[in-house]
Amino acid sequence: MDAFLHQLLAGLANGGIYAALGLALVMIFQATHLINFAQGEQAMFSAYVALILIRAGVPYWGAFVIALVAAFVIGVAIERIVLRPFVRAPVLTVVVVFLGMLFIINSLAGWLFTYSVQAFPSPFPTGLGNRYLSGHEIGMLIVTLGTLAAVFAFFRFTTLGLAMRAAAQNPEASRLVGIRVGWMLAFGWGLAGAIGAIAAIMAAPIVYIEPNMMAGTLLYGFAAALLGGINNPWGAVIGGFIVGVIENIAGAYIVGTELKLSVALVIIVVVLVTRPAGLFGRSIVTRV
Amino acid sequence: MAGSNRTSLIAAAALFLLAAFIPFVVSSFHLLQATMVVIYAIALLGLNILTGYNGQISLGHGAFYAIGAYVTAILLEHTGIPYWTAIPISGAVCLVVGFLFGLPALRLEGLYLALSTFALAVATPQLLKFRGVEHWTGGVQGVFVPGPNAPFGLPLASDQWLYLLALAIAALLFLVAWNLLRGSTGIAITAIRDHPIAAASMGIDVALYKSVTFGVSAMYTGIAGSLGAMVTQFVAPDSFSFLLSLSFLVGSVIGGVSSIAGAIFGAIFIQFVPNIADHISKAATGAVYGLFMIAFMIVMPTGVAGFLRLVVRKLRGAP
Repeated sequence: MDAFLHQLLAGLANGGIYAALGLALVMIFQATHLINFAQGEQAMFSAYVALILIRAGVPYWGAFVIALVAAFVIGVAIERIVLRPFVRAPVLTVVVVFLGMLFIINSLAGWLFTYSVQAFPSPFPTGLGNRYLSGHEIGMLIVTLGTLAAVFAFFRFTTLGLAMRAAAQNPEASRLVGIRVGWMLAFGWGLAGAIGAIAAIMAAPIVYIEPNMMAGTLLYGFAAALLGGINNPWGAVIGGFIVGVIENIAGAYIVGTELKLSVALVIIVVVLVTRPAGLFGRSIVTRV
Repeated sequence: MAGSNRTSLIAAAALFLLAAFIPFVVSSFHLLQATMVVIYAIALLGLNILTGYNGQISLGHGAFYAIGAYVTAILLEHTGIPYWTAIPISGAVCLVVGFLFGLPALRLEGLYLALSTFALAVATPQLLKFRGVEHWTGGVQGVFVPGPNAPFGLPLASDQWLYLLALAIAALLFLVAWNLLRGSTGIAITAIRDHPIAAASMGIDVALYKSVTFGVSAMYTGIAGSLGAMVTQFVAPDSFSFLLSLSFLVGSVIGGVSSIAGAIFGAIFIQFVPNIADHISKAATGAVYGLFMIAFMIVMPTGVAGFLRLVVRKLRGAP
């Protein structure tokens, strides 16, 4: 029973990371109806920024904040510079642009920071741990839950958050009431980048840091977003925790660690076949 | 329309004859590259039929390429049947698997299908390494595939024969695709992409057409995989990572996704541009490749084939 509880809680801790990444994907999806395939790579790059700063002697949380700011700026820059020319391009064209960015960021990281696998420090003392969770896992859970709460508070209670929601939901009407829709979109990209960066920095002490560290995590993030319903941020968060738990339990008791990724595939396909709109998503009915 | 059809047929025949001379004039390394271009063109044509004409986005066609390759490798390793029978069998297996995968895919619109197929692509190497099937797939080690020899005592080296075989199969498959897409079937397939509800009310069985298209598309890519296994003479799980699926999609879109000829341009892109990128910068090859992709999309948002179509129209329009 103890072992089971351990797997369950560790799954929740991992789930926090998938939830954050899933939330980042959903945010961009809601504003643009696109899935950012480079989301994981952006996050990985920001984690390297944090690592370099920590090595240079910056205190952990200082490096953390600077890396988030860098992630925000990178996100805004990508929207403004790379994606702007493709506003009216066909979906597949934009998908290829995302993939191009995936290659560019991945290769730049390998070039600047080498492809070798490196350790990443954890800010949480091991004394924080108990018999079920390590200190880092507890800290990670607190940080991701705090992030999610902050994001929801931001969208719910601030004017900027309201403007961003309006811009995503109804660009024309928002423009009429004076919201700068283009910039709101760019802010959304920045915010998604920062949330992804938190996920990567929290995951790095566990999975270690290397340019391809987020490939598997991104897939779980997709699974989380789809499971919860791609048009529902709450759903993505709950989906993330569910995926984390299923992954861990299945890895420990059913299929073994080798086939963990395939579990994500099975989850995605089963959910989409039985409930195409996800657990908490709305199915969209269009008038023809 | 009939005139332009005849011109494209003549152009295609000329291209085919020209391509048939390649094995006798280039070095064996360049012949290998040319063979891969032909094979990729078959795979991309499969993807174009599905994504370009039928509007179902697949980010997982590397999986069907892998199935084609593995079926061929396993058949040749364990059954001892002649190699040329392995090609249609691999195609048939992929047809069935693709059709079955296409059934649940019917419920998935655009992006959802893209993500499920992406998951398939990511999971493929893991599934191939799975212990339970290790006896057949060779696990991480992979399986060796014997290279075919020229039949009837033809004075051709193995790689020359394989190139000509691939070229002949490609020509046949391109002809089939062209024939399929220009008739009423093609109209039904594109109608489903453009307006599924209207297509259904015209009496088109949308579900059947979509899953059959998925199957046919997988069959094309599977045949390419079968030939690819014979060229590399070796299959291993890590040669079928999700990067393969992504480069199929990239080739397809850059070549021109709603076009038959686009498959050839796309195949040239994914075969040669990574090499060019490698020549430009050894340190950041991926970055250069990514920049090429984005640059192509800025200059030709509808792919090379779409761009050429535009140029031809401009030239015709001018007095």
